[in-house]
Parts: sequence; C-alpha cells; structure tokens
Amino acid sequence: MAFRSSTRRALLLAGTFGTLVAAWPAMAQQAQPLPPGSPLIGRPENEGAMKLAPVAPPPIPATAEKVAGVAEKLTVSKGFKLEVYASGIANARSLRIGDKGTVFVGSRLLDKVSAVVDKGGKKEVKVIASGLYRPNGLAFKDGTLYIAELSKISKIEKVEDNLDSPAKPTVIYDNLPKDEAHGWKFIGIGPDNKLYIPVGQPCNNCLPPETHGQIRRINLDGSGMEVIAKGVRNTVGFDWHPVSKELYFTDNGRDWASEDVPEDELNRVTKVGEHFGSPFCYQGDFPDPEFGWGRSCSEFTPPVTKMGPHSASLGMRFYTGSMFPAKYKNAIFVARHGSWNRSKKFGGDIVAVHLNKDGTVKNIEPIVTGFIGPDNNYIGRPVDVQMLKDGSLLISDDFNGAIYRLSTSNGKTASR
Amino acid sequence: MRTLVAGVALICALAMPAKAATFDEQLATCKACHGEKGISETSEVPSLAGMPANYGLIQLYLFRAKMRKIEIMNDVAKDMTDDDLRLFSDYFAKLPPPKATEPADPAIAARAQAVIAKNHCGSCHNADFSGREQMPRLAAQREDYLLKALRDYKSASRPGYDATMDEVIRPITDADIADLAHYLARLR
Repeated sequence: MAFRSSTRRALLLAGTFGTLVAAWPAMAQQAQPLPPGSPLIGRPENEGAMKLAPVAPPPIPATAEKVAGVAEKLTVSKGFKLEVYASGIANARSLRIGDKGTVFVGSRLLDKVSAVVDKGGKKEVKVIASGLYRPNGLAFKDGTLYIAELSKISKIEKVEDNLDSPAKPTVIYDNLPKDEAHGWKFIGIGPDNKLYIPVGQPCNNCLPPETHGQIRRINLDGSGMEVIAKGVRNTVGFDWHPVSKELYFTDNGRDWASEDVPEDELNRVTKVGEHFGSPFCYQGDFPDPEFGWGRSCSEFTPPVTKMGPHSASLGMRFYTGSMFPAKYKNAIFVARHGSWNRSKKFGGDIVAVHLNKDGTVKNIEPIVTGFIGPDNNYIGRPVDVQMLKDGSLLISDDFNGAIYRLSTSNGKTASR
Repeated sequence: MRTLVAGVALICALAMPAKAATFDEQLATCKACHGEKGISETSEVPSLAGMPANYGLIQLYLFRAKMRKIEIMNDVAKDMTDDDLRLFSDYFAKLPPPKATEPADPAIAARAQAVIAKNHCGSCHNADFSGREQMPRLAAQREDYLLKALRDYKSASRPGYDATMDEVIRPITDADIADLAHYLARLR
C-alpha cells in the first residue's frame, strides 16, 4: 500500500519538479554538514575514514590449510611458540575448560556450543548444544557447563560424561533484557562461587535504563541477583586476581567520538556497586561530548589502564600456570579483537598486562601480534584466551573458526 | 495487499522443483521470485543482482540454519551445501545491479539524507549504497522490501547477523524508515 501511494506521489512530483530532481544524484553524493556540538566534528572527512564498518566473520569456518597459514603469519614474542589447536569451529568465541580437559567453545553469530576433545593427539569437535540464541558466554564449575545466550543463562550438568548425547540446557536465570546491541555475554564464576553476568549498554552511546550498563552476579541456582558494577558500556571479558580475588574486567569504549579517543579500559572492582563512568566519562579522563556535560570524571572509578583506541579488548585471564616464565605469573593475558571504528586498524593481538603488587598496572607487553595484516585487513581476530592444565594458553579466533595454542618454545616448564 | 503477497508467494512456491538437482534448476527456483536478471518484480522480495557475495552467503546460511525464518527460503536453502552457498551468492553478486528509473521526491530525499548522515549509513553501505562485504546493496532496491527489512530490524523480528543494524536502527523512527525506503529505492 505504502509503495503504491508513494510511487504515485513521486511520479506526480517528478512531473512538477522535473528539472530540479534531475540534479539530485549529484547532490546525494555530498556530505551533510555536521550539527554544532556533534561528536563527529574533527573526524577526518576523507574516503578512508568514511569507510569504517564492523567486520563480520563468515558463518563458515576457514579450512585447516588456511588456518595453518594464518598461524604461520602470526608473530610470537621470543621464547614462545604458536600452533593450531583445532579448526572447523565456525565463529569460535568464549573458551572454557572442563575438569576432564574438554575445551568448550561458545559462538556469537551461530547457534551452537562446541566441545573439543583430544583423541590420542587428534582433536575431535562435537556440537553439544544447538538452536541457541547468541550463545557467546560459557562458565564451568564442578562438572556443570553454564551457557549465556542473549537473554538467558542455562546449564548442562555432568556435561563431560555425556558429550555424545548431552542433555538439553536447562534455564537457571532469564531476567535479562533482550536488546541485541551489546546483548551477547561473557560470563564467569568468581571465587565467591557466584555467576557474573554483564548487561551492556543497548547502544553505542546513550543514557541506558537502570537495568543496563552493569555487571550482575547471581547464585548458581539463579537466585540472589545483585548489581556489582555500574557504568559499564560493554564488557566481554573478566577474571579474578588469584591473590587479591578482586574482579578485573575489560570494557569497550564508545565509537564515533574520534579515531584515538576514547580508549578501551581495563578496570578493577574494589567495592560492590562502583560506577565506571559510561556514558558520562570514558577511559577515566574523557568527558563524553554528549553526556559528560555537568558531570566530572572524578565522580567515577578510572580504569587501571587504557587498552588502546577501539581495540576491542575482549577475553582475559590471569595466568596461573607454570609453563611460561615466572614474570607471567598472575599477569593478565588479554585478547584484543581489533578495531573497526578507526582508519588504521589497532589491536588484533594478545597482550600480557603485568601488574604491580598493589594491583595497579606496570606495563603492557605484546605476546602474539599480526592478526592485522600489512594491508590493514584482518587475517584473523582473537576473542578469548584459556589456560590448559599444562600451562599453555588457548586463543580463539572467530574470523577463521579456529583455536591456537601458545606454549614456550621448548614445551617444558620454564625454570625459575 | 496481504492477499496479493500470499498469492505471489504461492506462485513462487509452485515454481520450486520438488528436488532441485542441477545448478540451473536451482537457479530457476531463485529467479522465479528474485527475477530473471536478479531484479525482483515480486512484492517484498529483494533484488539480488549486484548484492555483495558475503551478504548473500551469510543470508543463505541463516536461512539454512533457520536463524532467519522465511519459510520459502528455509526450504530452498535446506539441502544446500557450503559450496552451494558460495555458488549462488557469487552468481547474483556478478549480475549488473538494478537501476532506479524514477527520481526521488526532493523533500523526502533531503530528510532521508539527513538521517543517513546522522546515522553513518554510508560508512558501512558505501556513499553510493552499493554495499560491500556483509553489508547489502541498498541503491535501487525495491521500496517495499526496504520498508519491510528496516521495520523488521526495528521490531527485532529480523535480528541482524551481528548486532550492528539492531544498534543503528534504535534512534530511527518509522517516519525515517519510510523516507529512507523511498529515497534508497530511487537512488541512482
């Protein structure tokens, strides 16, 4: 109906303003002037900057040969080596390891959770749950796998005993918003034996409802919900310090403010209910051009470090193994998925964040680099890291549907 | 209008062979609804000519996995192999794209351009709306399909492959959607 009437109107107008509309296609190419105060002022209006788009991984995994080629192109820092652990797992995202060594793999764009099992050195990939909606987040505790979909948390008990015919996930908590934007979840179980669940801002930059922009925790039966952090834009990775037991989390800064500001954050929660700034203040010292008016960055908890502009710092784990050299003990390994909202891509690597004794940040050291090729395109994109029992570190790549394994070059426990 | 759409859908469905064997037979099925040259003359069915191959492949995948639910397309894609997904999306990507024949209403076009500038639509879909990678071509697409697609994003009845459109569509009103559909369908 709408089509017919608008067609008629257009034909009518075409007759009336024939000469005027003839010039229209040329006008259509011209950029609109930015309104006063627009956060986009200062954005370079060149062709490169006007061509920024999120990079969507293909729904079909890369072939084993292609993944092997990617692993060869990546650069590892001295003393480390990288190999392909498994391939053929489309959109491989969050990683968790079971008590019996099964590697569980979540997915954001597809509907499946997979399990990788070692059969005499050969990796076998099984789909253990399907028909799920954005099952990005996973947690594992006492034989039970917890799965976070967009708006519900479910569990599969004794999952490793039944990998070939696992039970359907049963829902434990679904009092969650259904927003798509930043609705996919990373989850984890803390030293307090509670399940931590983020609820992202449902937008790039907006004043979110009270129910959003936070990290919650619940008991493992779904009861006792409590908000433990506010002003969180979109965290897709967190873990607890092995000694202080404090929660550290990555948070992704807003887009379209500028190429270099704000940077992503690494935060530390020292008390329940702390506010980390979003959308009023980003990166601890950048008052938001839209929502920062009348507010001050000093009202909010600043990050322990900035993680780079648009770097998409996602999965992170404290390193507690003994394979890597001693200086990595209790350092944080972070997967930086890499930017889209930036002309020259940034991130696309695994970094180690070294901490001081007081929990503040000493420095950031690149460990695996080269996911961004010399032509400014991705050859892969790291999402999450997970330590194996031997102290080596798995890295998921949602672009190629693959998992890599980082170990020390001699493959042995490092001497102290 | 609803009867008309249902009728068209039925004709399309009848054009489908019971069990498609060859590429040409399967292609005939596609063309029955999407047009002989990939330019659709069917209500609410998109033109596919010149559609970026990545977009086509992703949509076919979503239809096959029933993650995007349109019964006819779920049936068509059901038995497709990964190679089929590539074959069909590559085929339509190479066809010459549709061309708008009538000009846009200048007042509507001006409003649409303001919405486009504010929401960075051209940043992903390209300034000429030719699309690229996973982002569809929108220039000279059928107006009724654009209306439906945008409204489906808005109501979350068509969740995007990733959540980009779901985020972008948030501040866009139904009046904006009508303006965008009118303008983009006539974009040359």
